[in-house]
Amino acid sequence: MTATTAQTRPKRSLVSRIPLFEQVRSSIGLQRGMLIAGVVITGLFVITAVFAPLLAPYGFAQLRSDGTPFGAQEAPNAEHLLGTTVGGYDVLSRVIWGAQTAILTIVVSVILSIFAGIFLGLVSGYIGGWLDRVLVVVCDAIYAFPSLLLAIVMSIVISGGRSDLLGGILAASISITVVFIPQYFRVIRAETVRIKSEAYVESAKVIGTRAPRIVFRHVLRNATRSLPLLLTLNSSEALLTLAGLGFLGFGIEPTAAAEWGYDLNKSLSDVTSGIWWTSLFPGLAIVLAVLGITLLGESLNDLADPRLRGRRAALDTGAPTADNGAEPHGAGATGERIVADDASTADDEERVS
Amino acid sequence: MTAELSSPDPASAAPPAVLRRRSSGGGGLGRYILVRFLLIIPTVFILVTLVFLLMRTTGDPITAALGGKLTGPQLQERIHEAGYDRPLIVQYLEYLGNIVTGNFGSTLSDNRPVTQVLLTYGGATLELAFYALIVAFIVGIPLGMVAAYFRDRAPDAFLRIFAILCYATPVFFAGLLLKLVFAVWLQVLPVAGRASTGAELQMQFLQSKTGIYLIDALQTGNPEVIGDVLSHAVLPGVALGLLTAGVFLRLVRTNLIGTLGTDYVDSARSRGVTEFRLVRKHAYRPALIPIITVIGLQIALLLGGAVLTETTFEWKGLGFQLAHYLQARDFVAVQGIVALLAVIVAVTNFIVDIIAALIDPRVRY
Repeated sequence: MTATTAQTRPKRSLVSRIPLFEQVRSSIGLQRGMLIAGVVITGLFVITAVFAPLLAPYGFAQLRSDGTPFGAQEAPNAEHLLGTTVGGYDVLSRVIWGAQTAILTIVVSVILSIFAGIFLGLVSGYIGGWLDRVLVVVCDAIYAFPSLLLAIVMSIVISGGRSDLLGGILAASISITVVFIPQYFRVIRAETVRIKSEAYVESAKVIGTRAPRIVFRHVLRNATRSLPLLLTLNSSEALLTLAGLGFLGFGIEPTAAAEWGYDLNKSLSDVTSGIWWTSLFPGLAIVLAVLGITLLGESLNDLADPRLRGRRAALDTGAPTADNGAEPHGAGATGERIVADDASTADDEERVS
Repeated sequence: MTAELSSPDPASAAPPAVLRRRSSGGGGLGRYILVRFLLIIPTVFILVTLVFLLMRTTGDPITAALGGKLTGPQLQERIHEAGYDRPLIVQYLEYLGNIVTGNFGSTLSDNRPVTQVLLTYGGATLELAFYALIVAFIVGIPLGMVAAYFRDRAPDAFLRIFAILCYATPVFFAGLLLKLVFAVWLQVLPVAGRASTGAELQMQFLQSKTGIYLIDALQTGNPEVIGDVLSHAVLPGVALGLLTAGVFLRLVRTNLIGTLGTDYVDSARSRGVTEFRLVRKHAYRPALIPIITVIGLQIALLLGGAVLTETTFEWKGLGFQLAHYLQARDFVAVQGIVALLAVIVAVTNFIVDIIAALIDPRVRY
């Protein structure tokens, strides 16, 4: 295995450097199907978000066209393909515009939590001592807590509960960030602690390299291998948290942006009277978006994990055998201090030897 | 919470094994329990402090709740009465002291002690979590075994996508869909609530009311009331349970596949044990251990999900109440409930860790 990597790696062609290309090539059967489905759905999601102004027939806060009001709770018809909501908005337009809000929130929250989490993880893992212990205990405490409740508290702090587009997206993103920092922190810190004792870090120290340079040049570059997986998995959770906040009425005002969770909240009473279009489509949008991102993340995770990779996929993916234990559920099985972890490290060691 | 752990394997031979292991490492276990117990304190302390500081950076709760309704001087008076104009550190120490004595404050909007809110509505949330866990076990574990058995074949593919769908569907959307199909279109199950008015009335006059409707209904001994309570529980239980079921399915599958590759299973296979029997008897129990540990983390997820499920189904539990206080901008109540939930999560995690340690000695490090 090491031999093939050494031979193929330097010669990687331009095509194979396209993200995901290697992964698709090395996957087989179901895994390939899941990966491709994930890429396609996520791609559609992103395209919808980017071209929302062109795709949506109306604005997200538009109540009337040519002076005539849309009317509330209209069933799907030629003018409103997916009907209108109780507030008189066009469902299709709000579903399309909602993709934009969702993507913005994901991007902002993931970027924020990556920076904060990586920084804290590096510092904590490299410096160690009491700072490390305090940070670990704090992050563990936050990690164990229901993320939605924490996000609620954060959104009260940031926006007092409701706000405009930018404020709302920032509030939701920062709320989600606080929930995610412990996850990035754990992964990066564990890697840093491991890398700190590697020979090349020792050598760097011996020749007098200063700590910041060691941390950012030697440790950081080697510690980020499992980040892409965590990133996709967290994106889907960010989306669900945003929708959850919106559903509880802590999202973004309908006039500021379209948000799927908010629309679902407003459709609660519609359902009882048999009006299905106001809840079905925003809900399906959430499910599809999360499904796409999760399929992508899970396939990447499986491909990177030799225990889960398809039996016949012997091809070297070029990807490191990252076993960060990242399950699609952030609150699920990430980095457990238990059996599963022991078993996997033992597994990896066997493989290396 | 512990009762349902043993429910999925009725023919369990676990107790003797547990006892044997415990006697071999008794000292380690005692120490482990003590350390885990002491770890609750910093966890709760950090969360409570975090929530307090966060909530107070936005200003005082009285302005938030009554800002528009009272004039400036009136507000000042109320703030002074409640002591929110004192230095933050004084308020914080007082808050900590109150929490140590079990006083989580009183709600602003209806002036009830938060602990009383918990006692009134906690039972309902507990009941919902219980139903959800049952659904998760019934759906997740057998399907996970099926997926591992058919690894990389069509049923496995189908079940894995099902598991991802369980995760990708927000509980409130699952709830809305279930409601739409079973309560509105088919009209076989009730739309919302925990029981119909008639049943609630009957349970109201019980001597030993618990607030947990299932127990209360059983106490009345009236099959109609029991049926009524159960029929109300189906949709919320399924909506919340499917979320966890997906996690269980995936865990059981991954762990079973791992266990099926171990030497002892290989040796059993070489003796001619059928693949089905391998899954059912040999690899099954070791693969369940991670589930027990994950339940600890699932409690947090379940509580978060309960808030959303209760809002969807007007299930009058803690989550429903929390959403209500959020709408009323009663942040003292929110802070109290959140802090209380932090304690509950920490304690449940402790219990789950101990159970995991009892079952698997490798956990005690």
